[in-house]
Amino acid sequence: MNENAISAENLTKIYTRGIEQVHAVDHISLDIRAGEFVSVVGPSGSGKTTLINVLGCLDNPTAGILTIDGRAVFTDGRSLSERQLTRIRRELFGYIFQKFYLIPTLTVEENIMLPFTFFRKDGASENVSRLLHLLGIERRKNHLPGQLSGGEMQRVAIARALVNNPRILLADEPTGNLDTARSEEIGQTLTELNQKQGLTIILVTHNPSLAQTAQRTITIHDGKIKK
Amino acid sequence: MISIYKVSFKNLLRKRTRTILTIFGIALSAWVLASLLGFNKGYEASLSRDIDNMGFQVLLTAKGCPYEAATLMLKGGTGLRYMREDVVQQVTGEPEVERVTPMLMQVVFDPNKGESGGISAYLGVDPVTFPKMKSFLEFRQGGWFTDPDAMEVVMGYEAAELEQREAGDMLLIPEKEVELKVVGILKRSGTQDDGTIFMPVRTVQTLFNKPGELTGLGIKVKQDADIVAFEEKLYGLPDVQVVSLAQVKQTIMNLVSTARIMVFSIAIIAVLIAMVGVINTILMSVFERFQEIGILKSIGAMPWDIFKLIWIETVILCFMGGVVGTAMAFGLSKITEVLIRNLLPYAPTGSLIQLDARLVIMTMISVLLIGVVSGMYPAWKAARIRPLESIRSEGN
Repeated sequence: MNENAISAENLTKIYTRGIEQVHAVDHISLDIRAGEFVSVVGPSGSGKTTLINVLGCLDNPTAGILTIDGRAVFTDGRSLSERQLTRIRRELFGYIFQKFYLIPTLTVEENIMLPFTFFRKDGASENVSRLLHLLGIERRKNHLPGQLSGGEMQRVAIARALVNNPRILLADEPTGNLDTARSEEIGQTLTELNQKQGLTIILVTHNPSLAQTAQRTITIHDGKIKK
Repeated sequence: MISIYKVSFKNLLRKRTRTILTIFGIALSAWVLASLLGFNKGYEASLSRDIDNMGFQVLLTAKGCPYEAATLMLKGGTGLRYMREDVVQQVTGEPEVERVTPMLMQVVFDPNKGESGGISAYLGVDPVTFPKMKSFLEFRQGGWFTDPDAMEVVMGYEAAELEQREAGDMLLIPEKEVELKVVGILKRSGTQDDGTIFMPVRTVQTLFNKPGELTGLGIKVKQDADIVAFEEKLYGLPDVQVVSLAQVKQTIMNLVSTARIMVFSIAIIAVLIAMVGVINTILMSVFERFQEIGILKSIGAMPWDIFKLIWIETVILCFMGGVVGTAMAFGLSKITEVLIRNLLPYAPTGSLIQLDARLVIMTMISVLLIGVVSGMYPAWKAARIRPLESIRSEGN
């Protein structure tokens, strides 16, 4: 792993909304070190989610340079192919979203194993068992998502995001649908993953107490990093 | 590991009612398809057997419409025309002829038949030549007539069931007010003979006051004879119509071929309806899972993986619909046959719908093709969903 998990230089993302051009990410330069836990905060519409999407290779920037784990993903208008981006997503990233997006007819264990439906990885089964234990949902492995609490569902989503041993975990409002107690649990889990496993975490949140669990907080305003 | 097939199958369990309704829609199409294909096959086979079981290859009737003559031969009829009995002598002398059998059909109105009365038909046959021509006929009870002038009847299996007669019972001929003794009941033969009441031809001539008259003359031709040349020769006889059974068979088969186009058109419409139903269901399911499909892509699914996932769902639906539909075709074939018989003015005896392994395979292949084709568009649509589009809809 490179010293910098993610390196962005003058990263820009412009959307066209009607006749108006929106600079959702406006010349942002930042480095996120491997093993760092960074939270991204800012008001609604400030560009947090767009930034995390671009950093997570879910969206292409309009301009700038983006390097992930030493690999140039985007260099001034030239991007990798969709296939190459999917490979990077498989190998390097895990994603958690506000909604859990668990498949309701699959059990907890099957939901966690879902990524391996699409690609093979050695030691996948052991990894599933380890994550079930690590996230405290071992006893729930044969339950369907509809039988779980919100906190448990988010843990399953976290397990699914971690099952391919990603180096970087992107969490976009992971506690948005949870109450305070469940939010604290998720915050604690993320901290443990960062401290015990050295996982690089980028967390987008509106929750100030959750943001404080990170080692560094980046505040975004109008697509720019607020100093 | 969890296979893509299992994920696809479990996806179908989410909206069970919709899945069941879609399977039922496909099953109906498969049922229609299997039944129509089976009907086509069964009708042809039954007709061929009916004609082959006539026992003779050429029929002479009084001059008239050949189709009417064919109907008379196959089903009996009321518009009877007569020819003189001496035609028997003329034909018997021909070198191509192995055997001839004279026939006289008569019909009467029976007020006690059914709820409002019906037609009863009696076929006068020669006690010597007719049984030889119909050597496949076997008796359940009794046997053929004791005398060429006997006041006796032999009843086909269904006719005896309908009239509830046993050998030894008497049978009243309506209008004539004459009672004839039932001397034989035939076993079921699967031909139109099952519904026929036979009498000696001379008895029919006497009872119905038709001395020296016939409605038909069945001719069995020698094996090595040139039937076409013989038929040409028969055309020289005055006031008779030559009906070749091969021609009748060909004519009806031609009609059946025309009907086949109609049948396949209906089958294609049924298939198209099923296809539209499947596309609609799967497309709806894709739109409902728009965000979820995006998430699957973000966790490493390639566009082809998503295409396969949705495609497999469609094929599973169609496979299940095909299995249910084929089972329905087998289970309901008797009911379907009754419905068809009520609709058709002439239907041959025997099983009208013949379902076999080849037909089941054809139906399943057709239904699976529906799945493969109709799944393509929704699968392609799903494969094009970008992970970002779904995530962006969560808000910024």
